[in-house]
Amino acid sequence: MSAEHHDAASSYRTYMVGFVLSVILTVIPFAVVMSGATSNLNVALAIIFGLGAIQILVHIYYFLHVTFSAEDGWQAMSLMITVVFLAIILSGSIWVMLHLHENMMPAHEQIERVKNLP
Amino acid sequence: MASAHTTAVAPEGGYQFYVTEDPHHHDDGEHHHETGTMLGFWIYLMSDCLIFGILFAVYAVLGQSYAAGPSPADLFELDKIALSTAFLLISSITYGFAVINMHQDKQKTMVNWLLITGLFGLGFLVMEVLEFQHLWHLGAGPGASAFLSSFWFLVGTHGLHVTCGAIWLVILLVQVKMHGLTHENKRRIMCLSLFWHFLDLIWIGVFSFVYLTGVLL
Repeated sequence: MSAEHHDAASSYRTYMVGFVLSVILTVIPFAVVMSGATSNLNVALAIIFGLGAIQILVHIYYFLHVTFSAEDGWQAMSLMITVVFLAIILSGSIWVMLHLHENMMPAHEQIERVKNLP
Repeated sequence: MASAHTTAVAPEGGYQFYVTEDPHHHDDGEHHHETGTMLGFWIYLMSDCLIFGILFAVYAVLGQSYAAGPSPADLFELDKIALSTAFLLISSITYGFAVINMHQDKQKTMVNWLLITGLFGLGFLVMEVLEFQHLWHLGAGPGASAFLSSFWFLVGTHGLHVTCGAIWLVILLVQVKMHGLTHENKRRIMCLSLFWHFLDLIWIGVFSFVYLTGVLL
């Protein structure tokens, strides 16, 4: 939206910077997983999610052109409230459902113990 | 007399089944009207974002319940996912080039960039249909396990959005051909631009969370 105020050359440059950053941020996680470069699961997950989050920010800034000045800040505001909602939905569901799994699924030995009750 | 009170009376000039232009549209310039539409579309995108957020949450909860069926490592072919990711990313930048040309009123160049965007979008959709066909023939349909139900629902919803975006793109190309680069058409192209970039953004989540993480775990 703010792109119309820029001249064409700087618009092209903005899109190309975003594109090159996106390519780099996409290639690295794919390369890490496909080559099996790291055997440490946590390191691999950190790379995937860290670079994925950065790439989402790159897209928001360079492609969607979200700025605090656009639409008197309403665009950035609605984006932020959405992010808050998403954080609550995602972390809440995962937290609650994992606890359900823990508490509702009897472990194998518990079943055996109940079976062998006198 | 009585019947005149009980029956609904049509307003003068009859009912209007369309939204009229903003009355002060021409007074204080076109910018105000444009801003309202773009912000409204943006808020729609945010609500769409919540839909995808819920589908991601469902996948996070159910994604490891294989029901003795196949797991992501058995099913996903990362080289093909990398190819469709490239298609979608390239279609994003070609759409950006189309928007730049639109602002310069270069209709012909813009249409060409939009056609290229459509082709890459189509390539993405073909890859996805082939993948779904492959999974179906392996017996890994949406009914096979909770993992596969949530996978088909999440990735299928994204694919449906891309399909709608592609249809929208074709309709816009017809509109531009019929009426040229009018103010309304420019606004529509900007809305589709937001939609298209937004779908690419969702795809980042899909390939990171579903495909790459799924193969690792």
